[in-house]
Amino acid sequence: MVDALLAVTDLRVEFPTRHGTLVAVDGVSLSIARGEVLGVVGESGAGKSLTGAAVIGLIDPPGRIGAGEVWLAGRRIDNLPAEGLRRIRGREIGAVFQDPLTSLDPLYTIGRQLTETMTTHLKLSSSTARQRALDLLGEVGIPAPKRRFDHYPHQFSGGMRQRVVIALALAANPKLIIADEPTTALDVSIQAQIIALMKRLCREHGTAVMLITHDMGVIAETADRVAVMYAGRIVEIGPVADVIHDPRHPYTQGLMGSIPSIVADRDELAQIEGAMPRLTAIPAGCAFHPRCPHAFDRCRRERPELMPAGATRAACWLVAA
Amino acid sequence: MKTPAAGALPGAPLVELVDVARHFDVSPPWLNRMLEGKPRALLKAVDGVSLSIARGETLGLVGESGCGKSTVARLIVGLYRPTRGEIRYGGRRIDLDGARRPVRREMQMIFQDPYASLNPRWHVSDIVAEPLLAAPGEERLSGPAIAARVAELLEQVGLVRADGAKFPHQFSGGQRQRISIARALAGSPKFLVCDEPTSALDVSVQAQVLNLMRRLQRELGLTLLFISHNLAVVHHVADRVGVMYLGRIVEVAGTKALFADPQHPYTRMLLEAVPDLALTGKPRTAVAGEVPNPLEPPKGCAFHPRCPYANERCRVEVPLLKPVRRAGADAGEAACHAVEEGRLARSPTVRV
Repeated sequence: MVDALLAVTDLRVEFPTRHGTLVAVDGVSLSIARGEVLGVVGESGAGKSLTGAAVIGLIDPPGRIGAGEVWLAGRRIDNLPAEGLRRIRGREIGAVFQDPLTSLDPLYTIGRQLTETMTTHLKLSSSTARQRALDLLGEVGIPAPKRRFDHYPHQFSGGMRQRVVIALALAANPKLIIADEPTTALDVSIQAQIIALMKRLCREHGTAVMLITHDMGVIAETADRVAVMYAGRIVEIGPVADVIHDPRHPYTQGLMGSIPSIVADRDELAQIEGAMPRLTAIPAGCAFHPRCPHAFDRCRRERPELMPAGATRAACWLVAA
Repeated sequence: MKTPAAGALPGAPLVELVDVARHFDVSPPWLNRMLEGKPRALLKAVDGVSLSIARGETLGLVGESGCGKSTVARLIVGLYRPTRGEIRYGGRRIDLDGARRPVRREMQMIFQDPYASLNPRWHVSDIVAEPLLAAPGEERLSGPAIAARVAELLEQVGLVRADGAKFPHQFSGGQRQRISIARALAGSPKFLVCDEPTSALDVSVQAQVLNLMRRLQRELGLTLLFISHNLAVVHHVADRVGVMYLGRIVEVAGTKALFADPQHPYTRMLLEAVPDLALTGKPRTAVAGEVPNPLEPPKGCAFHPRCPYANERCRVEVPLLKPVRRAGADAGEAACHAVEEGRLARSPTVRV
């Protein structure tokens, strides 16, 4: 863990409300090595996007980081003043979000957005920045970059916009990219193109990626390791192949069984009864126990921490037994 | 007129579309056309779709955004009128004026967004009871009978009787979709049109809703048109699958046959693009190109600019659906010159 590029320890994200403080991310620890792709998977409300937002300091008030630390390349960044964080965003951490239209400014040409990012962070002359921007657009597969340079975001299709956003995220050569549902808004054939593109570029540039998604298929294709989140906590983390083929946490098992497949013929999909708890009513002990088919007494009283379980680590009393 | 399906012809498919088209006029306003010389523009959302759905069958319809699959759904339930073609239900045309009334209650629709499709100011029991109250006079149930039927429906979809007194905002997405299903079932329909019913749901909740729909279909003998962009979901629920591209059906076959041995290059491309959860490490074909602008679709086969097998004929002549030879029951049809001429490699998957 010493040479980890990103290290998050005991991260807690909370929202003060009139009825008390809601804890949306609770005691999350993870690390990403240089050039590694870490998938963060979970259903709506699991806290995966907030974990990513906390890393780049984009938690909207009144939300706040209540506890924990975020370290990037040996430097603590969660307690930096706003100006310091702003310099890290874009320069050292790039971001790709679900909806490319919200990441692009509709009033500026994509060329200007790219060159501005570079001149701000890299101290390049405008002609070098222009050349680099053209190269990048070519690299992300925009046909005729010279002509497209002066186009506005609305003149691109959804898939092409997401390519521009990826170019923008890579513009200042960051060490880490936070990709939050980068392919969710795209059609399946375009999704395949974007995943292949991100994989290739991050390999070539040596960029690490925190890939946040609800889609296990995207994780399986892209990530080296995966963290499964439930109700604000990581319930299982490990190498992708192990988590997919031999999940140890009952939630991961249920999740894998509930995904329909184009190969297997199943009459019934595995079903996890109930739904993820609301933040206002997270059960005591293990948050999954009311839905867990294996829950026993200890699960209702004591909260399990991540512990070794085969090739992965799982937060479950079953693996401790 | 009280008998179901109003004298349906025996043996006929329950639902049949014959060369149905729906065009939308998306021309710029008259003044712009006059001043700027802009031409009229016609969006052919659905352009010559023929399909049939047998009783008790689930037909899945897949395709990417803008391929016209939702428009087909809306044409069938009568939310749009076809520009051309015939829609038959139980052997009778229902696209003509006034012809829909006798069968209207036999078909119901379930929409994608369970937040937009339920009135937030109504109690759940009122939402579910609405189709019952809309029944014609002699069939209308009494107040207590309606309340009993609503309770029965709520229990059928896995909710409890007491949920009827709540409002939609008190439910999660999956529970709301259960309410939509209860409402759709209220009038005892024979045919359900489901337009992306699980796309807004998380996978574990999606599994609950898909299992519920399969159970209900079996118990009630429903016929389903199931529309989705998710191939795995369609593979799970459908008996037969139709694949749409730019307003046309390019391939239709039994689910097993289609997924085991896809014929049309577009179907192959779609199947290749599905992320591989099994981590078999099979090389994934990154397909070039995007769906073209539907206002100016390519001449000939609409898929030819993206197709690795396209030749001169594909660029000029629109291919029609023709029967294909492949293993498995219900080998189906494909609209592709290359398939017809045997120009395609017969391997189950293309590796371009």
